[in-house]
Amino acid sequence: MLPGSTPGGPWDPDTGGTSAGVGGVEWLRADGPDGDVVLSSRARLARNLAGTVFAHKASRGERQRVLDVCREAILGSGLASRVAWLDMQQCTPADRALLVERHLVSKQLARGRGGPSGSDPRAAALSLPGERLCVMVNEEDHLRVQVIRAGMSLGEALDGALEVDDRLQATLSFAYSPRFGFLTACPTNVGTGLRMSVMLHLPALRITGEIEKFKRAASDMNLAVRGFYGEGSEAVGDLYQVSNQTTLGKTESMIHRDLQDEIIPRFIAYERHSRAMLAGKRAVMLADTVFRSLGLLRHARLLNTDEAMQHLSHVRLGVITGLVRGPDLARVNALLLLIQPTHLQRSLGHDLDQDQRRRARATLLRARLKDAGGDDPGESLNPGDQNGGAGPGTSAGGG
Amino acid sequence: MKCDHCDNEATVHEVTIKDGVNVERHLCEQCAATEGLAPAAGPVELIKAVLESQVGPRSDGCPLCGTTFDEFRHQTLLGCPGCYEAFESRLAPLIERAHEGATQHVGRAPRATEGAAVSEAARERAMRVMAIRRMLDEAVSSEQFERAAQLRDELRRLTGEGAPR
Ligand SMILES: [Zn+2]
Ligand SMILES: [Zn+2]
Repeated sequence: MLPGSTPGGPWDPDTGGTSAGVGGVEWLRADGPDGDVVLSSRARLARNLAGTVFAHKASRGERQRVLDVCREAILGSGLASRVAWLDMQQCTPADRALLVERHLVSKQLARGRGGPSGSDPRAAALSLPGERLCVMVNEEDHLRVQVIRAGMSLGEALDGALEVDDRLQATLSFAYSPRFGFLTACPTNVGTGLRMSVMLHLPALRITGEIEKFKRAASDMNLAVRGFYGEGSEAVGDLYQVSNQTTLGKTESMIHRDLQDEIIPRFIAYERHSRAMLAGKRAVMLADTVFRSLGLLRHARLLNTDEAMQHLSHVRLGVITGLVRGPDLARVNALLLLIQPTHLQRSLGHDLDQDQRRRARATLLRARLKDAGGDDPGESLNPGDQNGGAGPGTSAGGG
Repeated sequence: MKCDHCDNEATVHEVTIKDGVNVERHLCEQCAATEGLAPAAGPVELIKAVLESQVGPRSDGCPLCGTTFDEFRHQTLLGCPGCYEAFESRLAPLIERAHEGATQHVGRAPRATEGAAVSEAARERAMRVMAIRRMLDEAVSSEQFERAAQLRDELRRLTGEGAPR
């Protein structure tokens, strides 16, 4: 290795390098633009080294060479004040699982290619503090540069990713053709290699039964819709990742502007409209849904992940609509991560079986939501509103 | 294999088609130079020459990495950047379909700077190294050990790598 290429220090999963604990992790911060609906924005660039076989075709030795070359380039180009180099071959399985739960690396990178999962040369470079930048090396493409920003901040995410691209090109030469643009292992990423996505929290659309309309609209606009856990996962906790599917024939800024100015604002407005409708015409039903979930999380003794995610989604909606007092959005966001199996095990410092995890999850939620309560806005004091708040003509879900 | 003109080992191989007949020339480095056949031809030509002299299914593959179009269809991943050129006519309609009819990149291009010019040389060298690695693999697997030794020398010259793989 060249001098100066020493890693920027270890990664501490408990803090993400910040003083604010997991809450300091960029995408959990909750203070980004439109943070009530948009948890985070991401820009991802796929890049491959010129004149080099793609990762899946390369021998182990060639992948190691790519890894070494990329390591030098990444650590030597001042991408962030600190960059932690996480060699997947040296990470424990638990650390790899943490990174996946954290949405920093893909399952594919964590798993590696065939054989014992430790032995495939691949890595992730993570900027600290805050984990705003994560570069995967030797995933499907040699380099996957991802920049993450809290809230609706696709422009900042894109600028960040393009800056990393520029800096890396000072030392690396990327595979490119004038016709097809940046060349990627899979032709669906060719061109800009740019995938932009937002993570949306859409509880009101689900409660009002409009979520299928949202999904159809997204697919009509040629967007991919995935769940919280990514490809092929069902929506858990009313969280959806929406991203562009085509990368050729549009400039980076066209891809960005379409999503930032046209498409995502419509989804945000749609969700907010539904929330306002629930808080107005169906206020009691909304409060009932929120407080049932809060009650359950505050008192249950055994909880599995999906169940906890669903009730946290309702509590998050309750915090946003002012029904739930105590926890702020950042705390609720952090809980979405802390209740995941590997994070849970880490917080307890040892492996847990599934039943132990369900118990530990319930214990954690009880403790973290102890101060959460209802600020009853008085509708129950108004006898005229006893009718479920669901005025005539609304479908309050069977009463 | 011996040189067509002398007793040295042939290291330069050329196949041309004249009147529908393959004409092969196998020359040592010296004779190749006097014949105007530079041994250090670009990697693509070099590999093409090797591949064209081979018969069999490989000729359908990418000249740089050997991936065939069928393999690509099966796993939807290409083998190397050169595959885009090798399969351009068959890929273009697939790419067009995947990208809402787009056929032409309009986004940013690689940084055109001094650094990139240097990188261009590095790129060519990398292509050549990749080509030689592949030939080396083939030579070893077909037990052409003399050829393998030459390729290893060439590789060492280009990369400073010396260890047998
Ligand atoms: Zn000769
Ligand atoms: Zn190829």
